[in-house]
Amino acid sequence: MRDDPVGAGSTPPDRVAVLPGRPGRLRPERALRTPPVMLAVALAVTVLCLIPLGFILFSTLTAGWDTVRRLIFRPRVGELLVNTGLLVVLSCTATAIIGTAAAYLVERARVVGYRFWGPLLVAPLAIPAFVTSYGWISVFPGIDGLFGATLIMTLAYFPFVYLPVAAALRGLDPAWEEQARTLGLRPLAVFVRVVLPQLRPAILGGTLLVGLHCLSEFGAFSMLRFATFTTAIYDQYSSSFASAAANMLAVVLVACCLVLVAGEAGLSGRGRRARVGSGSARLPDARRLGFGEIPALAFLTLLVGAALAVPLSSVAYWLGRGSTSWAAALSTSVTTITLAGLGAIATVVLGFPVAYLAVRYRSGWTTVMERLTYIAGALPSIVVALALITVTIRLARPIYQTTLTLIAAYVVLFLPRAMVALRTALLQAPPELEEASRALGMRPSATLRRVVLPLAAPGIFSAAALVFIAGATELTATLLLSPIGTTTLATKFWSLTGSIDYVEAAPYAAMMIIISAPVTYLLLQQSRRVRGR
Amino acid sequence: MTRRVRPFQLAALGAAALAVLSACSSGTTASSSSTPAGSAAAGSAASSSAAAGSGSAAPTAAASSSAAAEEPELVGTGTGGLVVYNAQHEDLTQAWAEEFTKETGITIEMRNGSDNELANQLVAEGSGSPADVFLTENSPGMNIVEQAGLFAPVDAATLAQVPTANNPSTGNWVGIAARSTVFVYNTDLLPEADLPASIMDLQDPAWQGKWAASPSGADFQAIVSAILELKGADATSAWLDAMKTNAGIYRGNSTVMKAVNAGEVPGGVIYHYYWYGDQAGTGENSSKTKLLFWGNQDPGAFLSVSGGGVLASSTKQEQAQQFLAFVTSKTGQQIVADTVFEYPIGSDVPANPALKPISELQPPAIDPASLNGPEVTELMTEAGLI
Repeated sequence: MRDDPVGAGSTPPDRVAVLPGRPGRLRPERALRTPPVMLAVALAVTVLCLIPLGFILFSTLTAGWDTVRRLIFRPRVGELLVNTGLLVVLSCTATAIIGTAAAYLVERARVVGYRFWGPLLVAPLAIPAFVTSYGWISVFPGIDGLFGATLIMTLAYFPFVYLPVAAALRGLDPAWEEQARTLGLRPLAVFVRVVLPQLRPAILGGTLLVGLHCLSEFGAFSMLRFATFTTAIYDQYSSSFASAAANMLAVVLVACCLVLVAGEAGLSGRGRRARVGSGSARLPDARRLGFGEIPALAFLTLLVGAALAVPLSSVAYWLGRGSTSWAAALSTSVTTITLAGLGAIATVVLGFPVAYLAVRYRSGWTTVMERLTYIAGALPSIVVALALITVTIRLARPIYQTTLTLIAAYVVLFLPRAMVALRTALLQAPPELEEASRALGMRPSATLRRVVLPLAAPGIFSAAALVFIAGATELTATLLLSPIGTTTLATKFWSLTGSIDYVEAAPYAAMMIIISAPVTYLLLQQSRRVRGR
Repeated sequence: MTRRVRPFQLAALGAAALAVLSACSSGTTASSSSTPAGSAAAGSAASSSAAAGSGSAAPTAAASSSAAAEEPELVGTGTGGLVVYNAQHEDLTQAWAEEFTKETGITIEMRNGSDNELANQLVAEGSGSPADVFLTENSPGMNIVEQAGLFAPVDAATLAQVPTANNPSTGNWVGIAARSTVFVYNTDLLPEADLPASIMDLQDPAWQGKWAASPSGADFQAIVSAILELKGADATSAWLDAMKTNAGIYRGNSTVMKAVNAGEVPGGVIYHYYWYGDQAGTGENSSKTKLLFWGNQDPGAFLSVSGGGVLASSTKQEQAQQFLAFVTSKTGQQIVADTVFEYPIGSDVPANPALKPISELQPPAIDPASLNGPEVTELMTEAGLI
């Protein structure tokens, strides 16, 4: 769920009913025989996803009450709670306001050049947050602490709110607003009382993602010298490896994360999200702003400037200072692309059965399996990494410190990202075609190969691409889990910025931005597909 | 229908490209021995990607076809090189590795991390560790591994290349370089008359908000271990509590120095070589600062010894010992003098002439084997610094 920028938050995207009445599910007589291979893979994925949660439970239980009390109930944890809490509240509020305002200006007010603003407002997602903070710090060295952290989180992640809100605005039935206006409401009141309630799930879902990223972020905060649970866990890790002190901080961090997820579910659960029919038949008229367009454009320019132009121009500036590490950055790119590619393949291959079962064989169990992948993916990467280190070093020594373990971490972390795309693709493929194929005598495997996979192909590819990009810029888990002798763009960039070598770090930043650039296009595509446009 | 199938051909192409990438990067390992550390990194990624492909969790045609291009090898042990758990600066160890490979043909693979992280990792791995050699920036990390009984004794000839004062009394690891604690200060903000006479003075309320450090780093934790050794647990605890109120917390010594230079904070506790390194380069992060060497056997004059040791569990004892002998040899120590501004301590190699001579540092006499890392971590956790 934490990497689900398009589907409104904890709830997977609305089912896209192809035929009325039976959204995507196979008829009961087919559903009886769950494909055994798929079930086995889905179960394996579920077990993998349970490892981090099991690790948290296990380390709490084995630590003993004294250790728990000594390591959790201490002033430092209180400080971290205040820091982390303030950061989450401030960043979520800021991104909710900025993201919604930007979406309204582009989708509803249709300010000058609104076709171009859309992609520009999504593009900041192609710049990893730690590169954004590098860009800002090297221009304004004084930026740090809570202010700096909130600023960078807001600039890096407001698209998480912008995207679903823009999609929701496109899908709104204009008749509601027209009626409200006919009944005498002023435009502001129409927005507050009619539009905003309908945007609520999208806004909440987006801000939940921002909040989870605030909990998980490491690289940016370590540059901004802002202490959260994630940075504190890393400090403990680097002082004492996978110790009780690190594990206990992880317990608190996971609790924070579950509070956020539950809070979002609680808030949006009562909201009105039901919509009759599959969307509006026409687009609402633009609400032109007149002279208000000037401040609106100034706002958007400032936003894009801060989120995009500052980091990009500062990377360009350091590149211009003549870095000598281009060759090294290119060879590191090869390693990075290989790892991220393997991560993408593994995630999609393992995620597909879970999505398929959840869509075609919907039952209590398959839903639980699907939801578990979302919960595991919402956990901060440092917790997933700690869990995998502890488990492999104790129970699975042959795969300890191997690429396999790193790939497993990528799978756990990025499954939600893939699931959104896979689900949507499967929901859009009419189950009747599969039934027809089976009725015509095709074996299940042949049906899968010749009917299901071709139909779902676009979704599978966008899932793989999203995971690939996420893997190519992943820092925290890669720092802890990378096999001996392996460095990636993100880890090398991090170690160079740690020694203030901004010039040599620049090529690594540039390569990460180049690799991530397609994310803009993919997410825009996905947001159109989810909302059926 | 044909249009829909096309993406799968793309997938096959992608998998093939991945296979080629892995094959290429492993190819470089085989062909170029002149840059062992760099290509070893790429090579291990490739061989381990093969391991991943043949593993049970990637049951795809695509993944296994990429694996088919590679013969499966165990990560870290397959290439026949020495595995070095490296907490030293990467460029220094890389320079050592390149020269060592040139002389002996033995390749080196590095796992990078920080002192205590890797030390505790070695303890957790126990006798099954893939590591052959462990290198640190400071002594406490070495002691953690030594106290777990995981080191093989260092060859006497290697120990003899380094002065006794810079070796642990136990002889289970060897000093490979040294760095001096310093107080870097902004000359605009701190007149010389106001400088602290001892590192212990920094706990006075007068120094509130006036100094900075990087407490999460192994460097600063080693300095605290010296205070602990010289002044005892209670005094150290009080000093750390005061630090929590007085000091600005930064991440990394360079960052501390940069903040002092920018006037964010008047002074900071770091090691000497960050300053000399910046001065030798552009000086942009140190031009407005000077260094105070406390001297006078003050805990703040602590000379921290970087260590090297051979793991008892290593199956390559001979080569591992050979590597330590090389690191402490004239060539190895000359690399210390040339690559970074740390003090060479072995084989009478002189330090970079820009440095304050090591003979003038007047450090407190401390047996490197006595420095206690875990207790420092504990005290700093209690003080809420980490």
